[in-house]
Amino acid sequence: MNDSLVVIVLLSLVGGALRVSTPFIFVALGECLTEKSGRVNLGLEGTLVLGAMSAYATSYHTGQPWLGVLAAGCAGAMLGAIHGFVCKLPRVNDVAIGIAMMLFGTGLAFFFGKAYIQPSAPRLGEIGLGDWTGDAKIASALQINSLLLIGVAVAIVMWWAFANTRWGLILRMTGDSAPSAKAMGVSVDLVRFLATTAGGFLAGVGGAFLSLYYPGSWNQGLSSGQGLMAVALVIFARWNPLRCVIAALLFGATGAIGPALQSVGVTQGYYFFNAAPYILTLLIMVGSAGSKRAARDAPGELSITK
Amino acid sequence: MIEARTGVRALALETIGMTKTFGALAALDDVSLRVEPGSFHALLGENGAGKSTLVKCIMGFYQAEQGSLLLDGAQAVVRNPRDARALGLGMVYQHFTLVPCLTGAENLVISRADAPAVIDWAKEKRALSAFLDRMPFRAPLDAPVSQLAAGEKQKLEILKLLYLDQRLLILDEPTSVLTPQEADEILGLLKGMTDAKEISVVMITHKFREVTAFADSVTILRRGRRVGGGLVAQMSTQEMGGLMIGDTQISARAARAERPPGSPPAETVLELAGLLATDEEGIDVLDRVNLKVRAGEIVGIAGVSGNGQAPLVEALSGQRTLRDGRIFIRQQAFEPTRDAYHRLKVFGLPEEPLKNATVPHMTVAENMAFRSFDRPPNTRFGWWLSPGPMRSKARELIARYRVKTQSPESAIGDLSGGNVQRAVLARELSGEVDVLIVANPCFGLDFGSVSEIRSRIMEQRNSGAAVLLISEDLDEILELSDKVAVMSQGRIAYVAPVGETDRATIGRHMAGHA
Repeated sequence: MNDSLVVIVLLSLVGGALRVSTPFIFVALGECLTEKSGRVNLGLEGTLVLGAMSAYATSYHTGQPWLGVLAAGCAGAMLGAIHGFVCKLPRVNDVAIGIAMMLFGTGLAFFFGKAYIQPSAPRLGEIGLGDWTGDAKIASALQINSLLLIGVAVAIVMWWAFANTRWGLILRMTGDSAPSAKAMGVSVDLVRFLATTAGGFLAGVGGAFLSLYYPGSWNQGLSSGQGLMAVALVIFARWNPLRCVIAALLFGATGAIGPALQSVGVTQGYYFFNAAPYILTLLIMVGSAGSKRAARDAPGELSITK
Repeated sequence: MIEARTGVRALALETIGMTKTFGALAALDDVSLRVEPGSFHALLGENGAGKSTLVKCIMGFYQAEQGSLLLDGAQAVVRNPRDARALGLGMVYQHFTLVPCLTGAENLVISRADAPAVIDWAKEKRALSAFLDRMPFRAPLDAPVSQLAAGEKQKLEILKLLYLDQRLLILDEPTSVLTPQEADEILGLLKGMTDAKEISVVMITHKFREVTAFADSVTILRRGRRVGGGLVAQMSTQEMGGLMIGDTQISARAARAERPPGSPPAETVLELAGLLATDEEGIDVLDRVNLKVRAGEIVGIAGVSGNGQAPLVEALSGQRTLRDGRIFIRQQAFEPTRDAYHRLKVFGLPEEPLKNATVPHMTVAENMAFRSFDRPPNTRFGWWLSPGPMRSKARELIARYRVKTQSPESAIGDLSGGNVQRAVLARELSGEVDVLIVANPCFGLDFGSVSEIRSRIMEQRNSGAAVLLISEDLDEILELSDKVAVMSQGRIAYVAPVGETDRATIGRHMAGHA
């Protein structure tokens, strides 16, 4: 009896990790890309929310959820491009602009999103990884969305490209030593602009997952700070895309602790367990503040590590 | 554009009447020089003489207003550093330009203009090792550059230029980060390559020793003008020094007051006992540093930059907390607090004083009062500041130390480097001094200031202060110190009275293999 309870809890944790982690993966990868170029974009929370809204609205009007995903990416890329453009003006602080962009993104999403809170839009489909087992519980826990697979694929491509392509090396060079990049004739501002824009695209796609798959609707409390937590996650992952995925899965699993315990009848401390991802964020920030390894892996040009 | 000649790959370079002004200042005034193909050419001059401006004009960082550049006798137009690279001109900067997080191999490959979009590492590694086989020296290629020693980084910088097939290398004070042995090795290898007519070299320097040992020809600049030059073999160092300094008046050095023989040894004033400190990554930067400085003695700490000198100064000036060990002054434990500095009469001139010892936006008078602003006569009732006495004291110090400033009310950040140095020194030496800690006091200063600052330090020694002099300039240490200590990898590797040691021994200890 007890064994089966443990199995159920573990299963829901895995299911939660697979279901909840996707937006973390996309935002963290976007932030990782941006930070590798030597700039911090704290505005990805706003990008995530605007992405969610754009995806939902597009899916509602066209009936095509995948068009919604594309629209979310484009909205994110637009916010990223604004961030990238403003930051290259002289004496502009990327952290301050990031916070402004976060408020701008959420505000824009709430403004245009008012009309879409009620209607229902077509959602993204799911892939049943556990269907072959014939067990309903396992099948429902292992249902995933293709965006998760795309996110993992993007992470692997990024990890490979950082070491094996000219673009990857130029990006790392720009992030670690702007004077070297300039001496080599690389336009630092352009690289950072492109990296921030691409990072925004990824974060926007993460938003599409929120409104079109899980939880699968559009409302103003949709993100609850996931975009900000993803920034902490990048530090935890020490700017490695593969570790970003692992860290995102870990965050997803902690987010599922509350519901998992509730499903087996443990209701005490439900809200406390729901706060687990935030507590984890706090612990990670405290832990990595004194971490020697995090300091060594950090891109040299980052304003938060300088 | 440039015709290839048989046998000689090295480039010939010539500038004709180069002129460049910054505002009212003529940084370069009608400078012509000629570098024969396959020669090792030294560019000598004081700081601010225009050496850097000249090479930056050649490399395309600046556009000269007048004058032209000839490569192998043909007019060349260099609009930006990329043009210079395409023409075969490469430069090694004073500061490393390798990307710290990339490995040596990654740095080399990405520096190529035709770096492939997708890099086939197996193929590139083969090509790199074939390239290294042709080179007279190697550097590790698989470790991130941030983990390399300074000498290895410098070799890698040079290898990078050779890998890019540059045929004229410009080196901007390439040996400032190296031990004497490393410097000799690298310059010797480059000299070998010039003799083989593989490359031509232009080296900016102010070390006569390197000029006489390695250069074929020399050009001497002063205040933006070419004042002399020719074959090194036909010039004496005295002649070169005279041309470099010109008619600048050099104040007489304060003589070293010798202690009467047979007198008992002076009291130990400053004692460092087992100082231990780590950096942000947990690596030891000070590794049990023990040292004693007596009254009326200058102890000079030599060493290649980055071997713990900066952390030591920071620890002594309260900018870095020690993990272990104590500092004693006259047998009293010393904590770097404002009160202790005042009570035990500890003063210091850190390196980069603008950053480490002043507030750039505050006035010269305020900065000069940092030691005394909270004490009478600058303060009444313990908290009310009186600007009057502060200003008159500043005026007196400005006159005495010949600080060139428009008024005591100018921001100290607007002063030139030498004048900031003088202003801080004036503040630190204005009272009675028991302990004086000085780090690279003459870095980047002209001859006149150097001589003046060194004599001020010597005066303090003669009047009984214990002086700890930390310097990357071995000549400075040998000139001023009574005792030489060598710092290597965070520890004091060697201590000897200055009369009982020599440059080679010190150099061996600096390199850490003695």
